Amino acid sequence: MAERKGMEVSIAIAEAASACDVDCIAAYPITPQTHVVEHLSEIVADGDLDAEFIPVESEHAAMSCCCGCAAAGARTFTATASQGLALMHEILFIAANLRLPMVMVVANRSLSGPISIWNDHSDVMTERDVGWIQVFAENGQEAVDLVIMGHRMSEDKRILLPLMVNFDGFILSHMVEPIEMPTREEVKRFLPDYEPQQRLDIDNPITMGPVGMPVVYTEAKMAAEWAVRDAYKPMVEIMGEFEKEFGRKYKPVETYRTDDSEILFVVMGGISETAMTWVDKVRDAGVKVGLVRFRMWRPLPVEDFKKAIAGVKVLGVLDRHFSPGGPGGPMAQEIKYMLYGQDHAPKIVETVVGLGGRDVNFIDFDQIFDRCKAVLGGAPVPPFELIQVRGGHYGKA
Amino acid sequence: MPKQSPAPDWQDLALGTAITEPGSSRYQRTGDWHSSAPVWDLDKCIKCGVCAVFCPEGCIAMRADGYPEADMEYCKGCAICVCECWAACIAMVEEKE
Amino acid sequence: MLELRFHGRGGQGAVTSAELIALAAIAQGNFAQAFPSFGPERRGAPVMAFARIDQKQIRNRTAVSNPDAVIVLDPHILHVANSSDGLSKDGIQIVNTMRSADEVRKEYNLKGRLITVDANHIAEQEIGRVITNTTMLGALIRATGVVEKELLIDELKVRFGRIAEGNINAFNRAYEECCVEEG
Repeated sequence: MAERKGMEVSIAIAEAASACDVDCIAAYPITPQTHVVEHLSEIVADGDLDAEFIPVESEHAAMSCCCGCAAAGARTFTATASQGLALMHEILFIAANLRLPMVMVVANRSLSGPISIWNDHSDVMTERDVGWIQVFAENGQEAVDLVIMGHRMSEDKRILLPLMVNFDGFILSHMVEPIEMPTREEVKRFLPDYEPQQRLDIDNPITMGPVGMPVVYTEAKMAAEWAVRDAYKPMVEIMGEFEKEFGRKYKPVETYRTDDSEILFVVMGGISETAMTWVDKVRDAGVKVGLVRFRMWRPLPVEDFKKAIAGVKVLGVLDRHFSPGGPGGPMAQEIKYMLYGQDHAPKIVETVVGLGGRDVNFIDFDQIFDRCKAVLGGAPVPPFELIQVRGGHYGKA
Repeated sequence: MPKQSPAPDWQDLALGTAITEPGSSRYQRTGDWHSSAPVWDLDKCIKCGVCAVFCPEGCIAMRADGYPEADMEYCKGCAICVCECWAACIAMVEEKE
Repeated sequence: MLELRFHGRGGQGAVTSAELIALAAIAQGNFAQAFPSFGPERRGAPVMAFARIDQKQIRNRTAVSNPDAVIVLDPHILHVANSSDGLSKDGIQIVNTMRSADEVRKEYNLKGRLITVDANHIAEQEIGRVITNTTMLGALIRATGVVEKELLIDELKVRFGRIAEGNINAFNRAYEECCVEEG
């Protein structure tokens, strides 16, 4: 097993991409992703990775370049955040629907108005419909592992889709912490050379991205739907093989101390670990509460989630984004979709926390837990609420 | 409505809706789009081939004698060749019923 | 778990200090975190950096609000930053100052046991610039013993390469010359 070494998470991600022996990197620097691409460009410039590093003029160009690289049959990597991801938006659909394998890490950051470089999930949550595989890391080690697994998943003949690894900006990207960095040889054993199933080749010409007339567009979308859904099984298989090779276990839906809990919190990404520390604290005081976390977000692991929350009375959902004037936070929306009409479905306390870098600490967890306890005791389910806002979500009391 | 080949079910689409047969656009007989056709005045034609280069359908070929000729199975009647011809020797002529 | 908070100005290396102590702690077989008070880097603006060190895995990722030790890299920062904020019951503060502990405690109403060191003077002499981050680490190690001195010197060598020597000398001098108040 590799030695634990102190590293900044962004640097570790760049090293992981390098260990995956990627062929092409096209990226544009943006806070808080900058250290990832800076370090990768150094690795390439130093000759430690035989890859094409394409410095582009925008994220729109970065994603377009990545499509070209992947279409040519290259193992492709990129990274972005926030406005950068938003600028890629229209090309993201194309990468997915052309079935172009690639891995992109997103250092999750809020979207502007007002300008904010800090962490929340508004960038990725506004890209739920693009047809990519989307996974979330909770610490630096997981980010590294998901980059390595990500290439294998993305290139798997049964999947062939672009894959997004989400890790929280600053909270994870700028954190120095211990990481076991797999060696290039270990990664090579797990991640075989990429064999493109279809690529641009002058000897065997094909047309990628032709017009989809109304007579074929619906069928193309159905194919996209099943491409993402069908990725579930091979992804779980690859997580199992990763565990065999590296000893670290990953599941589509992760749980923490859920035994005989009547109340569970549902969280995602970097605040999960802080939430675990809070769970430990209140459990020590004799309160039965646990955590459920989405590792896999697309495809949405419906059955795993239902299993994880079976028998629970109240779910406290902590979203990091919401749709103004709409149905609240994205996780809560999708959980309601999964549970609607189900007998004995838990009641859902919907909250939004940690917007634009607001620290989420034990006081916030306590507050949300109080609301959950009230609902458990028979109080009506409150409407979705932005917990940390001064002045109160529904006006001053 | 022109006749179309039977549309495939989603399971039968190529990966990423790619078109895997090179040159398959020749099945699209765009010739029935035109209502007028290019006619060359060969006395003025200088055999430069600009009309063939600019034809968006690629349906103009240079004959053995060096003069251009349009394949009316594919000519859409767009008249780009007329606009581009240096010698101004091409005219669009309305087709008779 | 030991929680540290560094107060400095952009460009003074507060973040580097936090990183070096975490790296040395990890090299010693412990678990550690180091992270900045996230924001755009602005030279001269007051900044904070944080570190946590423990024998088991650290999961809490919130900002350090109840530090066990506070490190003040710049004597003038005390005019604008409340370094005593949230200091734990037995907490200590390591302050870069040429004055006595009593004098600064009185002027800024500082809490906790004080460790003072004239880091500006030491850094000027040993490094040739008033960049006090590595100097302050000498006083921190002396006061807390949180990592082995030699492991921290190893990290200084890796980080500073050919200019490591001045930094190591400054680190060693602060280790020897700092004034530790009795507990």
